[in-house]
Amino acid sequence: MATTPTPVALRPRPVMTKDTAFFWEAARQHRLVIQRCTRCGRLRHPPMPSCPHCLSLEWDTVDACGRGMLTTYTVLHRPLAPPFTGPQLIGVITLEEGTKLVAGLVGVERNRVAIGMPLQVEFLDCDPELTLPVFRPAVEIEQ
Amino acid sequence: MSRTAADHLSRRTAIVGIGATEFSKDSGRSEWRLAVESVKAALDDAGLIPSDVDGMVTYTMETNPEVYIGQALGFGELTFFSRIHYGGGGACATIQQAALAVTSGVADVVVCYRAFNERSGFRLGSGLMADTQAATTEATRYSWLAPYGLKTPASWVAMYAQRYLYEYGATTEAFGHVAVACRKHAATNPAAHFYKRPITLADHQSSPWIAEPLRLLDCCQETDGGQALIVTSIERARSLRRHPAVVVASAQGSAPQQHPMTSFYRDVLSGVPEMGVVARQLWRTSGLEPKDMDAAILYDHFTPLVLMQLEELGFCARGEAKDFVKSGALELGGALPINMNGGQIGEAYLHGMNGIAEGVRQIRGTAVNQVPEAGNILVTAGTSTPTSGLILSRDR
Repeated sequence: MATTPTPVALRPRPVMTKDTAFFWEAARQHRLVIQRCTRCGRLRHPPMPSCPHCLSLEWDTVDACGRGMLTTYTVLHRPLAPPFTGPQLIGVITLEEGTKLVAGLVGVERNRVAIGMPLQVEFLDCDPELTLPVFRPAVEIEQ
Repeated sequence: MSRTAADHLSRRTAIVGIGATEFSKDSGRSEWRLAVESVKAALDDAGLIPSDVDGMVTYTMETNPEVYIGQALGFGELTFFSRIHYGGGGACATIQQAALAVTSGVADVVVCYRAFNERSGFRLGSGLMADTQAATTEATRYSWLAPYGLKTPASWVAMYAQRYLYEYGATTEAFGHVAVACRKHAATNPAAHFYKRPITLADHQSSPWIAEPLRLLDCCQETDGGQALIVTSIERARSLRRHPAVVVASAQGSAPQQHPMTSFYRDVLSGVPEMGVVARQLWRTSGLEPKDMDAAILYDHFTPLVLMQLEELGFCARGEAKDFVKSGALELGGALPINMNGGQIGEAYLHGMNGIAEGVRQIRGTAVNQVPEAGNILVTAGTSTPTSGLILSRDR
């Protein structure tokens, strides 16, 4: 007897524009990249069409080393819509290169999360179309 | 107003009418009707008629276009209509827009309004806005957050709140004092949803987590209702039936690296610098200082942002709001009573417009929780997003 499969809830897709698609395409290759102004060399995130320092429209990207530090975080309890279940740990991470980004935190219990903790990027293949950078504590911590 | 000089709007306009629907969780009627009812009530309060109106101002997240309200109320020709961006951050900016229009001669009588079924209809706290897939500049901001589930205003504000606790060694009890003050005031305001329902600090501390470090009782309500205000020139205001609430200063503010509620890429995450931009303008143009304020209506969508506003506005130094708020400082009779209507935590979430109305009542001397001889009231709009503020005063 044929049944209609229940649609699986996927994570919200990032909207991609010509300014931002590079970040998500790199993530699918398990690379964390940062936009760089090719005139003055400054890095920026989130991506923008121009450098706020020298106003150049020219840019490329650099691969981040993947290390960072937790600047702030939340443990999101509600409301949660599928596919999210249970408290979500999400942080603002300052990369060694100096830019900040938002990402999920993995491999750490919510009562062990601490501002200032060193983190290491890894990649979460959520579904065939979406890979997300997430961060794990860089040093083993007692759970 | 500008970044360096006082503006030319001070004391030239006044709020002369306020009108609202009841505040509920299910209005049982359309947002259009809520808008019409509240605008009509504000005109009646001012002693004006629909044909007097030639300007209308609202702010984004409003679903009622100016012209539909005008049609339903039989307005004639309109010469000014303006809509401020960034939702609740625009609440006080509607009054500034009206003051700009009236002072420059573009309009004479301007209606400012917000009406929505924000509880029974689309709930701003649901996070559904972040599910947009339109490839617009604005939608890209959600892209850095939504795939992780970081979709709700509470979860965004939690990021600043956590950093505030860390930098200043505060505990979440500091947030609780804000909630307790608002609920205490709501408890004696019959128009408030939480009328006769005060809370204790222990209630706050035991309320469930929403987005740590925010608990349920750190969050404003969700409300169905409408609130309108009428602005005209100070000269005309003096001929009307109500004591004018003089617009002594009004300002908008956006700070460097500003995002709408998600400015996570700044060097400092423990403040709301956009309110600092507003504050510097308000003090400069009014010639007043924090100590001159008899009370304040501080936009309380989330309690931690009230602490940060106290600091940005200069009521206390950076990191000291956590101590300032102890011992009932924010309650009637305290050092700086705030949100005497109960605020958006206690009275209703009308996206800041009910707070402006409370400021007007305080100046008139007709508030249910009246600050004795209130002469100067500060009112702010939503922070962590481009914001705005006002100083309302009694006519000289």
